[in-house]
Amino acid sequence: MSALIEFQDVCKTYYMGDSVVRAADHISMQIQQGEFVAIVGQSGSGKSTCMNIIGCLDVPTSGTYLLGGQDVGAMDRDQLAEVRNRMLGFIFQQYNLLPKLSILENVEVPLMYAGVSKKERRERAKLALELVGLADKLEHKPNELSGGQQQRASIARALVGEPAVILADEPTGALDSHTGREVIRMLQKLHAAGNTVVLITHDNSIAVQAERIIRLEDGRVVYDGDAHAPEAVVTAGLFGKEGLA
Amino acid sequence: MKLWESFQLALSNIWASKMRSFLTMLGIVIGVCAVIVIVGLGNGMQTYMEDSFAEMGTNTLTVNIIGRGSSRSVSEEQMYEIVAENGDYLEYISPTVSMSGSVKIGSSYASATSVSGVSEDYFAMKDYGVAQGRGLQYVDIADRKKVCVIGQYLNQAYFGGNAVGEKLKIGENQFTIVGVLSQKTDTMEEGSTDDCVFVPYSTAARFSFTGTINSYTLTVVDETQAETCVSIIEDALYDVFEDEDAYMVSSMSEMLDTMNSMINMVVYILSAIAAISLVVGGIGIMNIMLVSVTERTKEIGIRKALGAKERYIMTQFVIEAAVTSALGGVMGIGLGYVLSSVATTVITVMLEAAITVTPTVGAVALAFGISAGIGILFGYLPAKKAALLNPIDALRYD
Repeated sequence: MSALIEFQDVCKTYYMGDSVVRAADHISMQIQQGEFVAIVGQSGSGKSTCMNIIGCLDVPTSGTYLLGGQDVGAMDRDQLAEVRNRMLGFIFQQYNLLPKLSILENVEVPLMYAGVSKKERRERAKLALELVGLADKLEHKPNELSGGQQQRASIARALVGEPAVILADEPTGALDSHTGREVIRMLQKLHAAGNTVVLITHDNSIAVQAERIIRLEDGRVVYDGDAHAPEAVVTAGLFGKEGLA
Repeated sequence: MKLWESFQLALSNIWASKMRSFLTMLGIVIGVCAVIVIVGLGNGMQTYMEDSFAEMGTNTLTVNIIGRGSSRSVSEEQMYEIVAENGDYLEYISPTVSMSGSVKIGSSYASATSVSGVSEDYFAMKDYGVAQGRGLQYVDIADRKKVCVIGQYLNQAYFGGNAVGEKLKIGENQFTIVGVLSQKTDTMEEGSTDDCVFVPYSTAARFSFTGTINSYTLTVVDETQAETCVSIIEDALYDVFEDEDAYMVSSMSEMLDTMNSMINMVVYILSAIAAISLVVGGIGIMNIMLVSVTERTKEIGIRKALGAKERYIMTQFVIEAAVTSALGGVMGIGLGYVLSSVATTVITVMLEAAITVTPTVGAVALAFGISAGIGILFGYLPAKKAALLNPIDALRYD
């Protein structure tokens, strides 16, 4: 069986004035169905670029990105939108709920773009919100909820379309450590239920909650393996680049 | 995602910022309202003119003889002959002679009263009924009798309703009243059609300065043939005078057409000016939509991340602009109807003219269509901008 997410020699280059920034520099990796992977790196390591490409918000400059066997690089903007809608569930650092809509309506949005009927949408959104423990907050506006509750709502929104990949970008970044742990536990539960979860973070203590860590530095993969191995949490600079090779 | 849902989304967004939406609509409201009131006013004026002309008779033609030096002239016998020869087209003819000199009844002057010399057929031509006494007769004209028929207004105002047999003076000459016409207008005011004196044209011609008859009123058999009748008379008169400038033939329906096209022209020009405010309103909507796109960059980014295709974003903004504009149109239509009835009242009171400002269904439909169209047109550019936003940049936008 082929990998759910496969990077083949992916490069992403930005031009800032005269200088060339290689945000992704020949990255190759595979993520299988049902894995819980943390992509870790300091700012500027290319993890955001990596997440944008995985999330089909951006396409590689060169190399191939296969999502569920489909070449994303060859798609136009509308096809990308459709892939995001069907295959991906986003969880953002700033929750990114639509402030004018109720929690229930927010969770319905991905289903609306998928063309699900109003009635079915409502049912499925309610189920997803029950799953994250917000069944009593359906009609609340996002700003009436705490940060943790908003993040749970956005997890419900990510789940509701039954995507192939749940992509969490610094999901605990705006939360205190207690609610942060709660959110991570929820991701672990989703993983245990068979979902593929990709977590992007700069925080090692969050990253080790995953099964597998992919560490990025300067747009390159410097570690890819078990999250509980000692070298997973040690920065490559200390370890020495030769040591990894 | 269905179109109906886009509408609901648009309505809830408009409702969420009521004040701003209302101010955005205002240009459209005023424009639509102005178009409706102006077209309604033109419509009312047209109806008013048509009614007035109908009172005078749209089946009548007027011939004015200007003459050519003193050598050639046309006699009334010649004119009667023209009518007799064209019996298929022309029905009646009556010379009409305006008499100078004010009307004096007892010791008071009726200065607004119109005095005309006419033939015995005139009352039949103009559909005047005789209420008391008799109309003018052939012998009155042949003998140049000093008799007159008066309008109901004079009868009521000066003779207490029993004018027949009484006398009145026109200039220095005394006339005996032989008949009273039945009431023609609703109000019977001074200076109206009911305030009139008719004398035999022969008598009038004798007392007028020129002593000749320069004006004739004719009726046509078929109103729709008015144009043909005009040219028949023109041809006949050209044979007499051999000069096109010596006479003038005009038909009431022709004059009505001229008046109507003038009113229409004025209405078109005013509507065009009002329509400019629709364009200005549209630009206002575009401006606000552009601001709205910028404000909602983040929302657009989120929606795109969740799978909104470009055309959904596009539809959302275009529909929002169109709904804003169309709501403005609906308000404008409402306001237009209100102002129309206000205008009707004001005109009736101030000008004492029964002009009813009547908005036409066509104008309302057009105004609404244009306002919705403007929304789509001016919503397109901001919507395009929104649809083309890069989702990564939009998500990062604060």
